[in-house]
Amino acid sequence: MSQKESIGIVETKSITISPPGGFLLDCSRKLETVTIAYETYGELNSERTNAILIVHALSGDANAAGFHRGARKPGWWDSMIGPGKGFDTDKYFVICSNVLGGCRGTTGPSSVNPDTGKPYGLSFPLISMHDMVNCQKLLLDHLGIERLLSVSGGSMGGMQVLSWLTRHPDRVRSVIPISTAIKHSPQQIAFDEVGRQAIMADIHWKSGNYYGGPPPARGLSVARMVGHITYMSDTSMHEKFGRQRKDCIDPFKFDPGFEVEGYLHYHGDNFVKRFDANSYLYITKAMDNFDAGEGGSLHELLRGTDAKVLVIAFKSDWLYPAYQTKEIVRACKLAGLEASYCEIDSTYGHDAFLLEIEEETHLITHFLKKVYNGYEVMSEYAV
Amino acid sequence: MPSESNRPDHRIIAELIVPGSSVLDLGCGSGELLYMLIKDRGAHGQGIEIDEQAIYTCVARGLNVFHGDIDSGLSEYPDRSFDYVILNQSLQQVRHVEPVVEDSLRVGKKVIVGFPNFAHYSARFQMFCKGRAPVTASLPYQWYETPNLHFLSICDFFVFCRDKGITIERCEYIGDRGRVSRFPNIFAQIGIFVISK
Repeated sequence: MSQKESIGIVETKSITISPPGGFLLDCSRKLETVTIAYETYGELNSERTNAILIVHALSGDANAAGFHRGARKPGWWDSMIGPGKGFDTDKYFVICSNVLGGCRGTTGPSSVNPDTGKPYGLSFPLISMHDMVNCQKLLLDHLGIERLLSVSGGSMGGMQVLSWLTRHPDRVRSVIPISTAIKHSPQQIAFDEVGRQAIMADIHWKSGNYYGGPPPARGLSVARMVGHITYMSDTSMHEKFGRQRKDCIDPFKFDPGFEVEGYLHYHGDNFVKRFDANSYLYITKAMDNFDAGEGGSLHELLRGTDAKVLVIAFKSDWLYPAYQTKEIVRACKLAGLEASYCEIDSTYGHDAFLLEIEEETHLITHFLKKVYNGYEVMSEYAV
Repeated sequence: MPSESNRPDHRIIAELIVPGSSVLDLGCGSGELLYMLIKDRGAHGQGIEIDEQAIYTCVARGLNVFHGDIDSGLSEYPDRSFDYVILNQSLQQVRHVEPVVEDSLRVGKKVIVGFPNFAHYSARFQMFCKGRAPVTASLPYQWYETPNLHFLSICDFFVFCRDKGITIERCEYIGDRGRVSRFPNIFAQIGIFVISK
């Protein structure tokens, strides 16, 4: 794999918007104002036709690429976004924003409720995937982008991609849902519920009123640990950890003696430093409630849509297995959409969409090129 | 620029389809034929292919392609979704021939089938005189490495179509040196049929 350059130093911007009449949510409640944290990379062309929206997964944020000043780690999809990369910032204007309900700069349960002057906590309204997308639409209106060249994201990002496709088909020329599902299976809901119960069982959770005091760190950490198990595969765990033990630990105590235990603790503890437990509850609930077909069939909603579709799944992903991602393909077939689908061979499990860069880059680069340049581009392909 | 495929079966299929048609290429491989049909015949098309590496080439060619097997990929399409469903050099590799042909005839207004002729004189010679499993230009594999699951002759396909009530609209044969018109079951390496129901 070639190591391409990073976009360099970036910073998160923020806008606060008060739409006339408030920001109406799927649950019929309103937010008077929403603040949206976002980043952009590359230049918007004069026709405003080269904008790509990247939508993040459960734990992501607006920092999709590049480094924040002083940061050791780049954004969560840095390997895919940058000069010469899959989402080529030399050609395209790439936008990523933190989701509504999040805790990384966009309005969420940890934000201050303007009516009370205190953090919302559980008084924050229940949000949906479509609300997140409507929030992104506000941002696009602010940036003056009428129609996106593409929207792409994996996992929960893929659900937002589907929401864009069904709710705002006139705003997207193409979509790239990755490792995702039309709706959660009982297994996915079950894992989310374990995470939520871990948080709510934490003595510090206090029905969501923990702001100003100690957060429910243990609960959130356990939720994240469960999550991490589902992001890997049996094979990737074998390869990464085996049954290796950490040094100097008495194997007969209940300390995290195995490497895999240490890994989960490390990620659980780190997550607590950057994520809000209530956001975890709201966002996982939004995922569980999501149904791209809105109670009916997705292909009925897609009929008449002219967006081009690239669907990607990974072989060892058991959290979002390929059969679920293929449901999108089936809907495209029935609705007569122009679409491509690839199931990439990988042992990384659900994490593969962040790791199998070479294959993703190839697929996305060529797909975007065709969408951007139209069919004339095919004359270049004398393979 | 014209497309680059030099394969005679591709050229014949390109001639067979009406320009501007919609095509579904089942087992499209790396997309040579589909690309040619789009470029030279103004077709719009979709491929289905099982091999992952071939998918990457298809996408690089700007084609729409689904990664999956023919047996399961076809049933999801509504009736008469395409002007043509193409089964070129792939029918002999699918597990269940009958349902695939039936479903192809449902999904496409017409179906184009191309397959290697197992009764070509060279194959006959190798079996009859040498007692060996045949290896020919159109059947280039040794018995232990062949992806082909079914071995059929031109005659077999005629009988199959007659038995299943399938109409053969056109047939074209390719031999050792170009098209063949006489005794195709002996001299054709490849048979290409346009069928409908």
